Amino acid sequence: MSPEAVIVGGNRIPFTKAGGRYAQASNHDMLTAALDGLVARYGLAGERVGEVAGGAVLKHSRDFNLTREAVLSSALSPLTPACDVQQACGTSLETTVYIANKIRLGQIPSGIASGVDSASDAPIAVSEPLRRILLKANAAKTVQQRIAAFSKIRPQHLAPAAPSVKEPRTGLSMGQHQARTTESWGITREAQDELAATSHANLAAAWDGGFFDDLVTPYLGVTKDTILRPDTSVEKLGALKPAFGGPEGTMTAGNSTALSDGAAAVLLASREWAEEHHLPMLAKVVDAEVAAVDHPSGADLLLAPVAATGRILERNGLTVGDFDLVEIHEAFASTVLATLAAWESEEYCTGLGLSGAIGTLDRSKLNVNGSSLAVGHPFAATGARIVASLAKMLHQRGPGSRGLISVCAAGGLGVVAILEAV
Amino acid sequence: MSALEKVFYSPVGQGVAKKAGLSEPPTLRRGRTWPQGAIVLAPLEGATLGKLTLKALGRAFEAPVVDTDTDQAPGYGSRIGALMVDATALTTLGQLEQVRAVLRPAMKGLERSGRIVILAAAPAGGWEQRALARALDGIDRTVGKELRGGATTNLVYVEPGVRPGDLASTLEFLLQGRSAFVDGQTWTVSASGTKATVSDKPLAGKTAVVTGAARGIGAAIARTLARDGAHLIVVDIPPAGEALAAVANEVGGTALHLDITAADAGHTLAAHIAERGHELYAVVHNAGITRDKMLANTDAARWASVLDVNLQAQMRINDVLLNPKTKGGLAKGGRLVGIASTSGLAGNKGQTNYAASKAGVAGLVQAMAPDLADRGITVNAVAPGFIETDMTARIPFVQREIFRRTNSLSQGGSPVDVAETIGYLLDPASAGVTGQVIRVCGQNLVGA
Ligand SMILES: NC(=O)c1ccc[n+]([C@@H]2O[C@H](COP(=O)([O-])OP(=O)(O)OC[C@H]3O[C@@H](n4cnc5c(N)ncnc54)[C@H](O)[C@@H]3O)[C@@H](O)[C@H]2O)c1
Repeated sequence: MSPEAVIVGGNRIPFTKAGGRYAQASNHDMLTAALDGLVARYGLAGERVGEVAGGAVLKHSRDFNLTREAVLSSALSPLTPACDVQQACGTSLETTVYIANKIRLGQIPSGIASGVDSASDAPIAVSEPLRRILLKANAAKTVQQRIAAFSKIRPQHLAPAAPSVKEPRTGLSMGQHQARTTESWGITREAQDELAATSHANLAAAWDGGFFDDLVTPYLGVTKDTILRPDTSVEKLGALKPAFGGPEGTMTAGNSTALSDGAAAVLLASREWAEEHHLPMLAKVVDAEVAAVDHPSGADLLLAPVAATGRILERNGLTVGDFDLVEIHEAFASTVLATLAAWESEEYCTGLGLSGAIGTLDRSKLNVNGSSLAVGHPFAATGARIVASLAKMLHQRGPGSRGLISVCAAGGLGVVAILEAV
Repeated sequence: MSALEKVFYSPVGQGVAKKAGLSEPPTLRRGRTWPQGAIVLAPLEGATLGKLTLKALGRAFEAPVVDTDTDQAPGYGSRIGALMVDATALTTLGQLEQVRAVLRPAMKGLERSGRIVILAAAPAGGWEQRALARALDGIDRTVGKELRGGATTNLVYVEPGVRPGDLASTLEFLLQGRSAFVDGQTWTVSASGTKATVSDKPLAGKTAVVTGAARGIGAAIARTLARDGAHLIVVDIPPAGEALAAVANEVGGTALHLDITAADAGHTLAAHIAERGHELYAVVHNAGITRDKMLANTDAARWASVLDVNLQAQMRINDVLLNPKTKGGLAKGGRLVGIASTSGLAGNKGQTNYAASKAGVAGLVQAMAPDLADRGITVNAVAPGFIETDMTARIPFVQREIFRRTNSLSQGGSPVDVAETIGYLLDPASAGVTGQVIRVCGQNLVGA
């Protein structure tokens, strides 16, 4: 039997709205804080961990070695290697898979999967015309040539170009894409607001119950997720104006994730390493699958996890009913609802090459401690947040409890994974 | 900083302060450092315990200058580092003259941060002998108030049967810089038969829990115990997690986010210790809060929260950790330390709730010590006076300046001073020190 990769535990910093309390913090700072909290929780100061994999979606060019630099700033041994991985919003579920696979192959005994994103400190680029002028000025051999080059600068050139959140091939934003999906799957406003309200209520209850005491370490004086609105309700959410899909749209700021800042990390290990270090073993990583959809040709951008889910279930001989808990990343409330509808659609699933519909989910198993609508969604940090929380919940339920994670991502990507409590 | 505080620390303000007698206090010798000058031993009436203990510590010593009752006391040629008066063989009040005769030359002959240590038989025996024991305590307290330059004096009562091995860690602590802010105090050492010897890493391989370790005194305790070799489990409330993580990583320990007032706190702690494969050697119950108000304005909530955090929570946790059936519970030969306060021992305006909790801690350790003696577990408390931390930074400036100066060392203590005293209590060689409440207060003017 090949070695197992077990999840020891996780740590994240509270997530905040972009431009909020972490506005001055960089990806480097936040990732370092998430790692240091993990190191402290598991007594790893000075320890050489097999590898740390991390990444960010919105990344400055100076952060070409983001994760390695964060390791060097952290309390881990400087001999700990690291690499950057980027798979849009699936990044830190993918880093989890990457680390778990290395452990299962016996290449490393332990590793940390992580992700971070700052929508506050997004890289701002100069406009394309300005870039060309600057290059020309730089290449100029005489002062006259340089002045001539600079004289071409026009006021409009000086406007900074924020990173585009548009899909490069369709020119549509993620919200616009999802608005199409919402409409074509007939997802109602009420259902979306209900899902959003449940997410807030579940997260609030989890905080009150101390669920995050060993999953979160405060950062910059922030002790709790700041996007969370414990007192929100379907009525309050129902009063919001549509943000996507035109005046008749059903998607609002309340049932879509907010731009967020945050970082998360998960410690994984072989059983032997965990036992040697007297560390807990919460759950093992059973399997993972990544799928993609052809959204430039019109497929639903954020439904790629459906194909991944169907394939991973078939490969493992499992059905939806075999899972005790399911975590579907709430990019938008309607993404989750469309995903569940797609699971139930014979036509959609067979169209993906699956043998039939995936099935119907008992909604009481879904995102029971809240998800991205309430927590926030620092793109690359979401996967690691979910992995750590789900592993803890499964462990609480007892050995053999099974959980499914489904994360949609830009580029028509979808990452899913199965965890099982040990 | 308040406006008043800024003025006080401005050059003009400091000039005025100097004229008013509020000059720069002496810088204290701290850490695992010995006195620079000679250690002088005065064994009275043929006492030998002091001599044997110094030998066990590997310290050389010299004979004292003895006053012959002239107008001018004879002096030491060069300043001495410490004077140890071994008065354990004294039995009559008349013999106190010998104590005077060796103390007088030392009063002006001690180096900065010098030490006087008096050893005496614990109060017992006839009326005169008991009066004598108490008289020595009066001498110690007064000498403390007369010494200058950061020098300290302390009195150690020794119970019958105490051997050099029982006393070594106490004497080492008192002579070293670690006891910098312990002055004018008296405590008792009993016979324990310990085989442990003193070393610079007395806690190597041992696991200690420190609550309230994210900052202030608790963080200093964690650092000091780590220096002495301990593996640390540092505990604080979840909102203090960021600072706690920094402390944990600095000392190479683990951070546990836990509110000690939670009903299952003891079990959470024990489960954590058991899971991480440690044997629990010591718990330092340092977490504490103040909710100050004059009693006339103190409501039930203020009353309850302070008593719960400062006293009742540690009792609940002890109950779990002392149950021999608890996995991750306190090991045989373990150590418990509580934090009392001079406010509790002396009373302090506006702090009825706090004083109740802190005096309660003193009472608790005295009650527990005899009951746990058969398991080799010692239970002690330290009672800090004014220590410079976030807690005392909240006291209004004028009051704070008064508090910090009204002790024999004319300054506030540092968190490390409390930590060093706890390190001494945790030393395996301190097995004969139990049921004691040691004030770390620079001999505060108030207090028992
Ligand atoms: N500073 C002084 O002059 C002084 C004097 C006498 C006694 N003391 C005592 O020393 C101890 C430490 O004092 P300090 O000055 O470092 O205080 P501090 O306020 O700086 O630190 C106390 C720590 O305890 C933690 N804490 C509070 N309630 C807790 C709970 N329910 N569970 C877990 N942790 C909790 C706090 O978060 C904080 O980190 C306290 O018991 C205090 O009463 C201090």
